[in-house]
Amino acid sequence: MISLTGFLGQIFAVALALALAPLLTGWINQCRAWLQNRSAPPLLQPYYMLHKLFHKDVVLAHGASSLFRFAPFIVFGCMVLACAIIPSLSSDLPFAPAADALALVGVFGLARIFIALAAMDVGTSFGTLGGRREMLIGFLAEPALLMVIFTMAMIAQSTSVATIVETLAHRELVIYPSIAFAGIAFTMVSFAENARVPVDNPATHLELTMIHEAMILEYSGRHLALIEWAASLKLYAYSCLGLALFFPWGIAERDNFLALVAALPLLLVKLAIGGALVALLETINAKMRIFRAPEFLGTAFLLAVLGLLVHLLLETQA
Amino acid sequence: MRFHAEPIDFERQPGVGAPLWRGRAADGEDLLRFAISVHRHDGRLCALWGSDERSNGHGFRVHAIFALDEGWQYLTLDLPADDPVYPDLSGVFAAANRMQRATFDLVGIRHDGEDQRPWLRHGGWPADWFPLRHDAGDSPAHENRPTDYEFVKVGGEGAHEIPVGPIHAGIIEPGHFRFTVVGERVLRLEQRLGYLHKGTERRLAGADFSTGAKLVGRVSGDSTCAFAWAFAGAVEAACGVEPSPRALHLRALLLERERVANHLGDLGMLGNDAAFGFGLSQFFRLKEDWVRLNAQVFGHRFLMDRIVPGGVAVDADAAGLAAIAGQAETIEREVRELQRIYDEHAGLQDRFLTLGPIDAALVRELSLSGMAARATGLLLDARCHRHGYAPPAPWGTLAVRPASDERGDVAARVAVRFAEVYESLRLIRLLAAGLPGGELRVEVAPVPGAAGVGVIEGWRGEVIVGVQLGADGRIARCHPHDPSWQAWPALEHAVLRDIVPDFPLINKSFNLSYSGQDI
Repeated sequence: MISLTGFLGQIFAVALALALAPLLTGWINQCRAWLQNRSAPPLLQPYYMLHKLFHKDVVLAHGASSLFRFAPFIVFGCMVLACAIIPSLSSDLPFAPAADALALVGVFGLARIFIALAAMDVGTSFGTLGGRREMLIGFLAEPALLMVIFTMAMIAQSTSVATIVETLAHRELVIYPSIAFAGIAFTMVSFAENARVPVDNPATHLELTMIHEAMILEYSGRHLALIEWAASLKLYAYSCLGLALFFPWGIAERDNFLALVAALPLLLVKLAIGGALVALLETINAKMRIFRAPEFLGTAFLLAVLGLLVHLLLETQA
Repeated sequence: MRFHAEPIDFERQPGVGAPLWRGRAADGEDLLRFAISVHRHDGRLCALWGSDERSNGHGFRVHAIFALDEGWQYLTLDLPADDPVYPDLSGVFAAANRMQRATFDLVGIRHDGEDQRPWLRHGGWPADWFPLRHDAGDSPAHENRPTDYEFVKVGGEGAHEIPVGPIHAGIIEPGHFRFTVVGERVLRLEQRLGYLHKGTERRLAGADFSTGAKLVGRVSGDSTCAFAWAFAGAVEAACGVEPSPRALHLRALLLERERVANHLGDLGMLGNDAAFGFGLSQFFRLKEDWVRLNAQVFGHRFLMDRIVPGGVAVDADAAGLAAIAGQAETIEREVRELQRIYDEHAGLQDRFLTLGPIDAALVRELSLSGMAARATGLLLDARCHRHGYAPPAPWGTLAVRPASDERGDVAARVAVRFAEVYESLRLIRLLAAGLPGGELRVEVAPVPGAAGVGVIEGWRGEVIVGVQLGADGRIARCHPHDPSWQAWPALEHAVLRDIVPDFPLINKSFNLSYSGQDI
């Protein structure tokens, strides 16, 4: 049964994601600038960028096929879907049955495949370079992410993100050591997946070092706007997923309208703190050599497996 | 004077400049034999250019500058007007390759070697028109169409090419890099430069000294003091003028300020290229303070046109010198703090250490000079005493200590930059504390037909300017030589053991000039 509040909550969550995602990117950029003793760009700079890009003409490479033109829409659609099934304000999400946590990883994977294919479509060496590196990162990050989700799913006895969050948010305060392992692993995966320092550098102009940026060098106009927006949405989705899994308190449950109202300011506070921490970690780290990324993500995978083992050995005895 | 029993008589260039001997090779065989002898004694080929002497009743002329322990040897070789060919030196000195090709593009005198590809000519003028010949006239009507360029092909399973540039994603100078890679591993890098060719040498022909000083000071903007001093030194040697001790000390002060400014900027950029933005903002804050004091005391942020033939254009008053000494103290404290942060940052050190290595043998083979050469343990510095070499005024009395590091990797080049900043700050304090007296600027009366060479240790390496005056006392031919000519090929070697995404950091650790090489 889809309740009216549930339906409205769902619509609101998606709209909020679309509106809030660039703000999160702007906030992180601002924090980064402050931490580096620079004067920061305006908080709303990502919106100005999107506005500018949507008003620019698209310049297409001669060799571009329809895949190149459709990929931004597919990637954007994937990220909107991801934001729809990750509980940000309420765990009462009518869309949630559409995809469980495993399918969520698949949605991210689908977006990755299309952006990498589009990058190779034009046939420039940078696109291929970026696509290849992106697949390297993805193929190492996905198993780690799955392991994190398995741990959480075993605690909640369900692979539905909404159910996991409901279970975790309303359990008695029990300390799960497994969640600590999973949390660190998830943070590491998030940095890799969202092209942040130390794995990638979203601010770089050095085409030879790029991963994500190298794939989108050929995009312009509204296509680029959609991809930039999708990148912001991905960061927002990962942030909300992290908050929902590891700091689920305050997320409203079914038919609790008052809690839904209270959830919004709480989410903003959590995102602000999370964004500031991302900026801090990015500032104190240098970018690693690209062949260190497997070690980095291997560590994340190991931690996630440890989390799972800790859960199996210590937390399922009773 | 003769060197190593070669049958060429050299005579010492007069004046206060770097120790330099001038000689004339009787024929191509002599030139080649001398080059081989220099190479055998661990010497270097520093510069090579050509000139058109037909209006003086000769043919063409090749000019080459070599370096041995005791100083520089400036050797010329006259060629016939109808078939100007000289022996290929690139088999002895690899550095000769690009200089010989550029010489053909500009003057039309050919070496007899195999590699006859153009270097500076990208299709901007016809292949049979040579801009530096006296009878070249105006540039003929010509459709500027890029010419085909043959890169060395690398075959094999999985090898493919990545063309990078000349337009880059960031705001930097244009240059083309052709990588051959397997996966991420670099098998070969071949550069193609010349996109910034501005025709500076053609503009210099017929210029008076003040125009010449301005033009040469703009060959590579980050080395304006080094180029201006080398030009002034060449003109002064040609015209038999000696600047006052005060002028020489002020020049040294300006040159060291240029060195510090560039090292500060590069140290910041090196951090930034490893995504350590904190380093960039801190070092650029220091650099900004530094160039603002330049503007305040000397009237120009980048110190352009401060060094002129005959002396310097500006004096520093007591208040200015006090400000300079005070700033040197502050900046040294801050740079030491930043070095501690760089040295202790595990992520940054992981990027720097073992990356982009070159060794002393390669440095010798490529005739490399300057900061990158010192980062392999070679104590090559025109300002420093070493066995058999006495630096020119004013360095002799300052007892400059050369920076050195034997590792040859990016970390070594970073360490040498830090060490050179400290040494330059020491020199700046020393210079600011005791400037000798003397005229700021003496008149330089042109001596028709005279020639001179200036050599200055710029922040990047050895900057050389050769000047030949015409019968009217104006500049007939002037060749400014940037150390990047020798260092660009070293970069091709430095990247060979590393992977594509590490190239920008290796590149930045050299930070070579495109403009200076493309002239």
